[in-house]
Amino acid sequence: MTAPAHSNRPLRSLSRRERFANGEIQDRAFGFLAIIAGYLLLAILAAIALFLVLKAVPALNKNLANFFTYKQWNPDATKTAANGLDDVPHPQFGIGALAFGTVFTSLIALALAVPVAIGVALFIAYYAPRRLAMALGYIVDLLAAVPSVVYGLWGLIFLVPHLIPLSKWLTRYFHWIPILGTDGGFGKSVFAAALVLAVMILPIIAAISREVFLQVPQTQREAALALGATRWEMIRISVLPFGKSGVASATVLGFGRALGETIAVALVLSSNFEIVYKIFTPGGNTIAANIANQYGDAGKIGLGALIASGLVLFVITLIVNLFARFIARRAIPAGSVV
Amino acid sequence: MTTPTLSPSSIEGLLSTRRLSRWVLAGIPVGCLLVSLLVFAVTPFQGRADFLVFFFFLYMIVQTTVSAVVEGRRRAVDRFVLALVIGAFVAAIAPLLSVLGFTIARGAKRFDWTFFTHSMSGVAESDNNGGAYHAIIGTVEQIGIATAIAVPFGVLVSIYLTEYAKGRFGRAVSFFVDVMTGVPSIVAGLFILAAWVLAFGFGHSGFAGALALMVLMLPTVVRSSEEMLKLVPPSLREGGLALGLTRTRVVLHIVVPAALPGIVTGIMLAIARIAGESAPLLLTVFGNVATNTDPFSGAQSALPLFVFNEAGNNNQTAIDRAWTGALTLIILVMLLNLIARVGVALLSSKRA
Repeated sequence: MTAPAHSNRPLRSLSRRERFANGEIQDRAFGFLAIIAGYLLLAILAAIALFLVLKAVPALNKNLANFFTYKQWNPDATKTAANGLDDVPHPQFGIGALAFGTVFTSLIALALAVPVAIGVALFIAYYAPRRLAMALGYIVDLLAAVPSVVYGLWGLIFLVPHLIPLSKWLTRYFHWIPILGTDGGFGKSVFAAALVLAVMILPIIAAISREVFLQVPQTQREAALALGATRWEMIRISVLPFGKSGVASATVLGFGRALGETIAVALVLSSNFEIVYKIFTPGGNTIAANIANQYGDAGKIGLGALIASGLVLFVITLIVNLFARFIARRAIPAGSVV
Repeated sequence: MTTPTLSPSSIEGLLSTRRLSRWVLAGIPVGCLLVSLLVFAVTPFQGRADFLVFFFFLYMIVQTTVSAVVEGRRRAVDRFVLALVIGAFVAAIAPLLSVLGFTIARGAKRFDWTFFTHSMSGVAESDNNGGAYHAIIGTVEQIGIATAIAVPFGVLVSIYLTEYAKGRFGRAVSFFVDVMTGVPSIVAGLFILAAWVLAFGFGHSGFAGALALMVLMLPTVVRSSEEMLKLVPPSLREGGLALGLTRTRVVLHIVVPAALPGIVTGIMLAIARIAGESAPLLLTVFGNVATNTDPFSGAQSALPLFVFNEAGNNNQTAIDRAWTGALTLIILVMLLNLIARVGVALLSSKRA
């Protein structure tokens, strides 16, 4: 729509009343309102960054430990003062363990979700009967509709106990793989949290991959089939190369989702502040889950510390999402060459 | 792009090999099922999940081997992938069925009149009464306020993007809507906590929670209504302009009404998305055991928060309440989804 709305301006200038009557003033006002809405949206995003920084900095200044490498979380701790009588604040907190846990748990979730999501996307796009495909797609989308607190409850009550036999079995036979195994006991573990996360990010990865797979030019698919390819060979030589970067972009988007997921992880992890890389060990933690767990008891510095960790999460997810868009944008010109 | 590996000899091989008959293809899973049953009857193996996994692996091995011997490597790989892909779909659906089945089975226990008419005021963890009346009121109010702000705001931004935006600023807004989609819900909560609750000193309230939900809802509303507005054919706009309507009239009386069903559907999906959010509410609404009908002052409860708090207790009575809360929440969200989907289906069938 490029044609100006008022290309036929009257010769004499109109009075305000006339301009109101012919709708020009309302027209201007509405256009103005729409632009304001656009500015306001940008302002909200700027305000998110601004207020997080504003509330995080005082707490960070009081922090006596290195925020990025320290593993414990004691922002409201106190210490007996030099005179031996008073308690003075002795805040020490850092995201060393939290940031590791966040990225590690999300990576495991990706490792579990991506192969299944690609399988689901291929099934719906190229294997399921045409008539059923749309309904099956809806069913997979329903996975995204279940609230995260319900996944958390399900993970806590159903999944954690049911995973113990599997964890024991895998530990017994595969303990030589570094990340498998436990430092003692079984129960709420990184693996359970990652599995819940995997279920939660699966629908988004599957939905985007499915869309990308369906965009493969029919000529390419038919060419493969005409050469005598089996269905799998057709997918391998025409669908997968075309959809590769779309799937990569979907994976990164799913990663961003997993990083920020809070309540489900908070319910399924028994949080501690160690670097836990053995996935069946009870323990592990994430930035988001830590915010949910610590919030109720946080004092003044504690709140600032949680907001500081949230700021880190915001920046990480921002970078991850921008990276996903970057891949997706690059993908389109490369794929559209038929 | 990988080089196609269809050498002439392998095509010849493909054309001339025998195919497995329908009877063999049906017989293999039946046989594998019987063998699995036998194995689980006489060995220490047990458990339904283990059985399914065992059956699946056995079936994959037997079918691939038989197919490789009779039909050749290429068809065997094809059948192997087919089974793998079906397996992936089953693996994706299993958690959905498990979550829904479990929630319905466990939630039915307290799905009674008391649950919907009583709050948790004066109810101990171990009491078997108490309900989510306060949480339902809170959720309805918070979602209502969030929708009331996000819908006009979001639709206006989408109108800006489709009808007015040009140049760098339009692209920037569009880009940052994408960025906003990726903001984790807990960060939205922290934002309102830092700004509204702490910096401005308004304290915890249902309205603060509604603001956080609004931040989460906004990009979804903008994107979905933008898609719908883009579908309105330019000829409709041009027709309106040619008749001498102002641009505002064209937008409000022609373009938006034409896209309205789709916009409403997008709004329903956006509401469904925020209805289950608990993390931002934890930070802004805080939670309350008593009924607080005023969203503008004092801590409230919300259904997702109610589930989270009850799930954190050890008493079975509290866990039962959590499940019923989860069931109520799922029913609410699924209902919103269903209305939206049926709307889309009706719409597309009417258009077609």
